Amino acid sequence: MSTSTKTVAVAAPGVAPARHRRKKPRLSAGARAERRLGFLLCAPAVIVMIGVAAYPICYAVYLSLQKYNLAFPNAVKFVGLDNYGAVLSSAYWWQALKVTVIITIFSVALELVLGMALAELMFRTLLGRGIIRTVALIPYGIVTVAAAYGWLYAWTPNEGYLSALFNNSAPLTSTVPSLAIIILAEVWKTTPFMALLLLSGLAQVPGDLEKAAKMDGATVWQRFTRITLPLMKPAILVALLFRGADAFRIFDNIYILTDGGNNTYSVSILGYDNLFSALNLGIGSAISVLIFLCVAIMAAVFIWGFGAKAPGADLVK
Amino acid sequence: MAVTTRQKAGWGAANTVAILIVAIPVLWLVSLSFKTPGAITDPSFWPAHWTWGNYSGILTSSTFVRPLLNSIGIGLIATLIAVVFASMAAYAIARLAFPGKRLLVAGALLISLFPQISLVTPLYNIERSLSLFNTWAGLIIPYIAFGLPMAVYILAAFFQQIPWQLEKAAKVDGATPWQAFTKVIAPLASPGMVTSAILVFMFCWNEFLFAISLTSTISARTAPAALAFFSGSSQFTTPTGPIAAAAVVITIPIIIFVSVFQRRIVSGLTSGAVKG
Repeated sequence: MSTSTKTVAVAAPGVAPARHRRKKPRLSAGARAERRLGFLLCAPAVIVMIGVAAYPICYAVYLSLQKYNLAFPNAVKFVGLDNYGAVLSSAYWWQALKVTVIITIFSVALELVLGMALAELMFRTLLGRGIIRTVALIPYGIVTVAAAYGWLYAWTPNEGYLSALFNNSAPLTSTVPSLAIIILAEVWKTTPFMALLLLSGLAQVPGDLEKAAKMDGATVWQRFTRITLPLMKPAILVALLFRGADAFRIFDNIYILTDGGNNTYSVSILGYDNLFSALNLGIGSAISVLIFLCVAIMAAVFIWGFGAKAPGADLVK
Repeated sequence: MAVTTRQKAGWGAANTVAILIVAIPVLWLVSLSFKTPGAITDPSFWPAHWTWGNYSGILTSSTFVRPLLNSIGIGLIATLIAVVFASMAAYAIARLAFPGKRLLVAGALLISLFPQISLVTPLYNIERSLSLFNTWAGLIIPYIAFGLPMAVYILAAFFQQIPWQLEKAAKVDGATPWQAFTKVIAPLASPGMVTSAILVFMFCWNEFLFAISLTSTISARTAPAALAFFSGSSQFTTPTGPIAAAAVVITIPIIIFVSVFQRRIVSGLTSGAVKG
């Protein structure tokens, strides 16, 4: 105690206050008041987030350990990990996971390429930059369900222009073409979001570097791969994280386009059906917890990859 | 550097492609919404005969009007509460020293990545036992929770850029704390709050999974959910035209939003995402 007071007294004036606050066990009245105000201001947000996310996910873990069917509400009993065993040994779960992973990988990869092109267009176009940005925001803002109906009718034989264009085909009646159309609908809707996240990274690339490389004779492609891409890595990681997690929970487009028919159901559709068609809370909760774990692992890998550059790290300082 | 005609033509072509990719699917919905019931089975892009019938049909039917009002009400209330809560938390994050800040930001990030389906089963059960199932509040509460992270991020990034010395300067010049807040800080902070409000409202407007899971009748069902439960006026008519008209109606506010607030939406979506 006394030594720490001494150190503070000896320390350079500019450094002293910060050290003082960290080392001294008792806070000054001002710092305590600031602390209390900080807690008070955060309390409503924290309470809502705990009440709606943290508590229910714990409750889901609890439910997932029960045999609980809404059709037989009196036959609830603790069954340990049986529900997880049932889910993980079911072909439906692995089919759903396969479909979800395929949709996630293909749509995010396509969006990254198209989003980069759109970001370049929004960033560099010499004509109507405002118009391009406004137009690009329409798919981002449009209600997914509304857009999905547009695609559904466009691909319905004898009704839709796209079906008519492809010899009156009915792609939504078999697995692979259905998945392709689900991915198309996802890519159309979310490429602008990807592009905007990439745009913020593109704006950080110093123009001088590009000019210098141009002077040295680098081609457009070389400038893009050697300068722009490496400098945009943080922005690309953020975009991949957000879109990856978002694509993994795909629900709306599939619900409207195929309702999971022809083996096109994602893990979210499977969880929904187990609750509302099978009325099975136990199995439904086990699926919920497994999906949560998948996303948590995905996020952990990304955050680990980000290191200190995790999104929001600069907000805390 | 002067812009050559060739460059102009190149950018013009690229712009046109981008605009067409966005416009065609939207115009197809518009076209469908003006087709007569008999013409639905005609796959031509534009209707042969234009009719307002689909619009007058859905706008006089409570199966769409009530959900539309639900969407507006639920969206506005959830947005208001989320932005107020987020502003308080963001101010604390940007300006105050207190332990647990890092945890709060990490928690918000986790929720923005959260798979909503994981919450549907437990929330369904919790809301039934609290009589929140199929009520406005039953949707408003989860919407606040999922709107909060985005709003906290945008506002915290925004509040950090406000020159807070101005507040002190105003006080030195004799302003009361309240005056310093309302005349100096509030005008500087309001663009950030507007931006986050727009984005939270757009999230609520778009949300579908909670809307179909936590409601059972039109008393709380929102417009996107109602669309999925539309049925034709009789068993034998497909509701394609009415669904298209309803889809166009719920798209109009979005188009107005993005045209008016383009700059703010772009800056809001990109702020706080990356700084380095």
